[in-house]
Order: sequence, then C-alpha cells, then structure tokens
Amino acid sequence: MPTMAQTEKLAAAPIPGSRAVRDVVGVILIIAAGLAGFWLFPDNLALLTRVIAVALLVLSIDLVVGYCGVATLGQAALFGAGAYAAGIACVNGVTEPLTLILIGAVAGAVAGLLMGTIMLRAHGLAQLVLSIAIVQLFHEAANKASAYTGGSDGLAGLMVGPLFGVFEFDLWGQTAYLFGLALLVVIFIVLKFVVSSPFGMLCRGIKEDPIRIGAMGAFVFPVLLKMFVISGAVAGIGGALAAISTQVVGLDSLSFELSANALVMLVLGGLGSLYGALVGTVIFMGFEHVVSAINPFHWMTMVGALLIAVVLAAPGGLSGLADRVLPSRQRNRGGRA
Amino acid sequence: MSDLFRVEGLSKSFGGLAVSRNISLAMPAGERLALIGPNGAGKTTFVNLVTGQIRPSAGRVVLNGEDVTELGAVRRVRQGLVRTFQVTRLFSDMTPEEHITLTILQREGKAARILARFHGNSEVAEEVEGILGTLGLIEVARRRVGEIAYGQQRLLEIGIALALKPKVLLLDEPAAGVPSSETPRIEQALERLPPSLAVLMIEHDMDLVFRFAKRVVVLAAGEIIFEGLPSEVAANAKVREAYLGNYANARSVA
Repeated sequence: MPTMAQTEKLAAAPIPGSRAVRDVVGVILIIAAGLAGFWLFPDNLALLTRVIAVALLVLSIDLVVGYCGVATLGQAALFGAGAYAAGIACVNGVTEPLTLILIGAVAGAVAGLLMGTIMLRAHGLAQLVLSIAIVQLFHEAANKASAYTGGSDGLAGLMVGPLFGVFEFDLWGQTAYLFGLALLVVIFIVLKFVVSSPFGMLCRGIKEDPIRIGAMGAFVFPVLLKMFVISGAVAGIGGALAAISTQVVGLDSLSFELSANALVMLVLGGLGSLYGALVGTVIFMGFEHVVSAINPFHWMTMVGALLIAVVLAAPGGLSGLADRVLPSRQRNRGGRA
Repeated sequence: MSDLFRVEGLSKSFGGLAVSRNISLAMPAGERLALIGPNGAGKTTFVNLVTGQIRPSAGRVVLNGEDVTELGAVRRVRQGLVRTFQVTRLFSDMTPEEHITLTILQREGKAARILARFHGNSEVAEEVEGILGTLGLIEVARRRVGEIAYGQQRLLEIGIALALKPKVLLLDEPAAGVPSSETPRIEQALERLPPSLAVLMIEHDMDLVFRFAKRVVVLAAGEIIFEGLPSEVAANAKVREAYLGNYANARSVA
C-alpha cells in the first residue's frame, strides 16, 4: 500500500486556538469602537444607540440569510414584535429595563417561530415573497390593533425605570447607549458560540447543500426553525432596545422598508460573518447620517451608488474585502465563523 | 429473513412512461453487487426509489426485515441505508475533517447542539482520524474541500457514508470523473469497506465492476435483464443486445 506511507495522525487541532484569539481581539475592537463613539460623539448618542438596535436586527438577518441561506425581506416583523412587546409591557407598568429586554427577546423568538414555520414551507423566490407578506401582515395587525399599539400614532412616552435600580435613562442617552453597547457585546459573544457550535456547522451545511445534509440523516426543517427562533430573539432584543432608548414605538419598526434596509446593510458588510453585519450597519447608517445632512434630497441616490460600488468591487461585502486584504485572516482556511 | 436488504416488485412510472418495471433483488450482509446498464436504463431512478428520494408506484423496499417503503429519505439513512452521489455533494468551504466530524455528530444525534464545541470531543476526533486515515486523506484533512483533488473528494464522499455506519451502502458511480491515475485509490478504499456491509455499486467502468463485484445485475429499459456472476455477463446475449443497441456504451462491454 504505497499511498499509506503518509502520516496517519492528525495533529492536535490548532485552529480553535487561533480562532479564539481572533475572536477575543474582535470583541475588544467592538468594545473599543463603541467606547470611542461614546467619547467622540457625545451629542449623537441617540443615533448611536439606534445604530446598535439596528445592528442587532442586521445580526439576526445574518443568522438566517448568511448562515442558513434563507432569503428574507421581512425581518423587521421580528424586530417590531420585540419593540411592541416591550412597549406594551412598559405602558402596562413593567418598567425594569432588563425585564423589558427579556420580554422583547421572547416576543421576537415567538414571532420567529411563527415566521419560520410559514416561510420554511416554501423555497427560493416564494420564500422571499412570504417574508414580505408576513411583515406587511404584522404591520397591518399593529395598525389595526390600536387599542394596544396606538395604531398609526404608535406608543409614546414610555417611562422606563432606572437600570439595576440605579442608572436613570438620562436626557443625553448615555445610559441607553452604554446599556445597548453591553447588550450588543454579550449577544455578539453568544452568537459567536452559536455559529461555531455543531448546530452552526449544520446550518452552514444546509446553506450549501440541504440534500447532502438529508443524506447524512439530518432533518433540515427543525434546524432552520431553531435558527429562526434564535434570530427572532436577537431581533426582538434590538426592537426592545429601540423602544427603551427612544421611549417610542411606531409602525416604522415593523416596516418592509426597515427589513429591506437592514438586508442592504448586511450585504454591504458581508454575509455569513458576524463582523460584516456590524460593519455594514455602522457604514450604512453613518453614511446615511452624513450624506442626508449634506444633501437631504439626494442622499438615497448616494447610498445606492455606494452599494453598487461595494457590490462590484467587493462581492463578499466590506468584511470579505478585509479577508482578502489581511493575510492573517486569509490563513484561516477561508473558514468563516 | 437472511436478506439484509430486499426490493420487491419495485415499479415507477412518470405519466405513461415506465422507468422502473417490477425490479426485485435481494442482498445479504457482505454482498458486493454491481448494477450496470446502458444510459437511460433507469439506474438513477432505481437509486432514488431505494433511498426514498421518490416514491414507487408499486413494490416494497425492505431493510433488515422492516418495510421502509413509506419512510422518507432521512429516516432510511437513520436506519442504515446510505448512499453516495454520482456528482460529489460536499461543502466547498469546509474541510474533510469538518465533514466527517459533522457526520459523526449527526449520527450520534449531537449535530443540532448549540451548547457544545464542534471539535471538543476526543472520541469523535479519534474516529475522524481513523476514517480519514483509512482513506489516505490525513494530509488534506484541514484543507478546504474546494482546494483538494477530485479523487480525494470522491474518497471523502465515501468517508461520509462510512461515518454513518451504514448497513447497506449504495455507491452511485464512485469513480465517475476521477482521472485514471487516481482510480487505484478509490478501488483500494472500496476493498477496505467493512466486510459485513452490503454494497450496491452503480458503475460504468467495467474493469472496476469485474474486480469489485461478486454479482452483477444488468438493468435495461427499467427492467432487470440479467443477474449472475461477473464472468457470465459479457457472454449473455440479452446483455450484448441491450448494450449494442446503445452505441455509446457498446465498447465498455466488448
């Protein structure tokens, strides 16, 4: 057996170690960037908090689109479910912020379960159309159920209690921002574990070839549904954070437009890498903020041009571009986790 | 019932077109059976019927004494009926090590776990090493599958099937598309398949069929026209007729 002359032993896996270092560095960078924002833009903390809430929505889209290959244009349904659940709870006397976040997470997860159950019956374009139909239905339901949701006026003047009973949500949004940043970091770390778990690998497999996964003896539907529930919880937390920080919940949080914008942010940043979701959100919303101040009439055109430039120049999104430019990340066998 | 695997009177029609007609065959443990036939004979349909990708119009599929005709494809895999694909279906971004690890975790019902590490289990790692070692894939274990040779991808396809610990293995043209310089390694892997495994191989390469199979079944126009020893197949008049009627395949039997 000449071919067997080679080594038959695998070296102890070196990959998890280097990957862990990379992820620790990544998390430190996120915290550093977040704190830099706090010091550099003290007058724009409301906007930055909004960026964090939307970043959670974009992360949640990445879970289903980037890791499972399920296209959706209705993710705001889950974001809005979290926002309205937290808002309604707050109006009815639940003012403890962490409890409100938890309520948002549960509402998002339940909405994700519902949405996944419906969407996963279809494939491809039909699936995409279903996602749009669902977000429109959620939107219409919130509009009609005005006794609970305030209809087109939304819920306003939410009075949220102090965080841990100590830190009041101040006028400048400092508490809200730091609270949001902490939530984002915790969720990011949790999701890093999720996508590199056996479950995360299974999802990556399903994305590439569901028939192969079936031939391995694994059912596809329950795995994807589980990811929808996780994704819903993340989006719901984003919605609840938006509700707490702005003290307002409106129909725009359940809109097709928000869903579509969030997907655009993900594509901009790069699918299938959690970093891409964050980068895309920050760039998109930062660009939007700056350009709309310079030219309030044509800023959408500029955003469109930016998107075309990125898609043509870096098909993998901005984080994909970083993968190609930075040799240290390239060495990681192209394994995206 | 001594047969590990049996199909009885399996038929399938698409509209008025019968693509499988009353196919019956049985395989004991340790069987090495080759299924051959000219293009369009219904070999792929037969595989899809057996694995549960499509439902038969009539007939039964029996695995280990149990009727699995009504079971879907995934449940049949879990019962030990495993296939490989004619064109490899692998995850181009994953490594061979990751493929086999995922397969073993799935077999043990641990693949959907969130609160577990993918590479954390040393027993699994040992089994992965064993499988990749037998197939000679250790050197490329941590390369992306998209970067390794096609022959190695074919070996990995077999490795995934073995990692499921099948009772019955269907090999759909295991050497298709592999350059002839690499076919000895495929053949070596086939020789090393567990002795108790019942193997049904679909293959065009007659040299491989003759070396591998103890028994040959010839399918033509959806029917079994010959069943017997490899040494008898070339002399059979019906088989010659079926192949000669199909010019493209005439030379492979001659």
